[in-house]
Amino acid sequence: MTSSVALGWDRTVLELKMYSREKEAVFFSFLFPILMLTLFSVIFGSSIKGDPSNQAVHVNAARLFLPGMISAGVLLTSFQTMAMSVATERDDGTLKRLRSTPMPPVAYFLGKVGLVVLTSLAQTVVLLLVARVAFGVELPTAGSAWLTFLAVFFLGVFGGVVLGIAYSSIASARSVTAVVVGPMLVLQFISGVYFQFSQIPSWLQQVASVFPLKWIAQGMRSVFYPDSWRSMEMAGQWEIGCTALVLAAWAVLGLVLCLRTFRWFKRGTT
Amino acid sequence: MDDAITIRGLRKRYGDKQAVDGLDLDIQVGEVFAFLGPNGAGKTTTVEILEGFRTRDDGDVRVLGTDPGKANLAWRERIGIVLQTSGGLDLLTPREALASTAKVFAHPLPVDQVIADVGLQEKADNRISGLSGGQRRRLDVALGIIGRPEVLFLDEPTTGFDPEARREFWGLIEQLKGQGTTILLTTHYLDEAEHLADRVGVIAAGKLLALDTPANLGGRDTQEATVTWEEAGTRHTVRTNEPTAEVGRLSQRLAGEVPGLLVTRPSLEDTYLALIAPHLAADETAGERAA
Repeated sequence: MTSSVALGWDRTVLELKMYSREKEAVFFSFLFPILMLTLFSVIFGSSIKGDPSNQAVHVNAARLFLPGMISAGVLLTSFQTMAMSVATERDDGTLKRLRSTPMPPVAYFLGKVGLVVLTSLAQTVVLLLVARVAFGVELPTAGSAWLTFLAVFFLGVFGGVVLGIAYSSIASARSVTAVVVGPMLVLQFISGVYFQFSQIPSWLQQVASVFPLKWIAQGMRSVFYPDSWRSMEMAGQWEIGCTALVLAAWAVLGLVLCLRTFRWFKRGTT
Repeated sequence: MDDAITIRGLRKRYGDKQAVDGLDLDIQVGEVFAFLGPNGAGKTTTVEILEGFRTRDDGDVRVLGTDPGKANLAWRERIGIVLQTSGGLDLLTPREALASTAKVFAHPLPVDQVIADVGLQEKADNRISGLSGGQRRRLDVALGIIGRPEVLFLDEPTTGFDPEARREFWGLIEQLKGQGTTILLTTHYLDEAEHLADRVGVIAAGKLLALDTPANLGGRDTQEATVTWEEAGTRHTVRTNEPTAEVGRLSQRLAGEVPGLLVTRPSLEDTYLALIAPHLAADETAGERAA
């Protein structure tokens, strides 16, 4: 067991090396949300008001987009990275090669989890720094807000990892970019990452509510938005308990799917 | 127990194609054994069953006394596998790839030693994406041997090599053999089998057609030899069971050195082609799948 953890850490270091050397991955999953937050903040500046009924509390664009960008980042670095890398590694024989050694399988997954946790933490810290330092966003001071933040963050990351691994089974190395990036873009648009969720038609809100990204974004809004903005949510509440439940359910479902569908070899080769 | 690998009545079917059809084979500890056969003959399927990567339909298989279908990680400690392709390493250096692989074995060889053994010292800290095909294949072998395997599987190790790279690679395999490693290799190249293997098995349509040393395969050693020479401006050819006596008579008659003298036996290639000829037509359609 200890050796599995040690090997898992070793895999984490190796995964980080490979990740950091893959320029496209670094750009599209790590830097992208940071770039988007900066762009939106510069373009819209302080001209964005909240809901007309809430004119009392103004926020600038950076604060408006911060929760969405953190949420998108969580899903990009966990789900997207995982789905794409596992599908590619299955097709190019990496998984088969690992399977041909006495490496405990759990070390492989620990390495992936390590990679995702470290990259998404780093990404989120950079997002918070950019928002605070460059655009003067007031970050919450209450301990309870940061507790919510951590719960949503880690449930989101864990769910993203296991769902990503499970999702990798339906893609091949050739199709994986389209199969992963397409649905991810749609999900980001309908889950209130790029638009204010309250501006999305309610039937689309219902669709988005099935998927975890909407709940991650809502949880993050509860942390970074003025408390009075809760009235703009679907339920008129932040629904923190419900958010945790939905994310936990997705995480469990992802874990079960991942365990039941994971394959070390390309389809049709056993 | 002197057998590293035993196979009894091995069968594997894909759809309506019998890829392996009742194979029996024993490979001794320390032996270098080569599987020869056309594409789709069942070589790779057999090897992958021995590696524990494929299920079998019937038969008994033991590698180091263990059924590969039920093998655990302790068994994997003793096995080395050089895959046909090993992708996914492009972003690392050979040293990084070898060091991380070494960590999963209990008693690995020193990374520097393995790098030197396969002749990759000068490329050890370059990205793997920049290696040539031959260098990459040597890295594959390095990854296969770093755990000090007792049995090494080599699947078509020199496909795509230039002749010089192939010679170097043979040297590496001979070195491993010298250390007592049991090696099972599959190859398309007859000269490779002849050079490296203690015994070769010719396989086609899932059946073992012949099993012998390269020199004796298919009765090569006892078949008629061909003696040719130059005399009075023309080339003469005699087929004989007694080439030595024939050369003696020639030497006497021509008073010394016989011009252009050649004594040949059927090459391994001739023997191999004669063996598989009846199976080639039947194999062609079903060939692609197991290849």
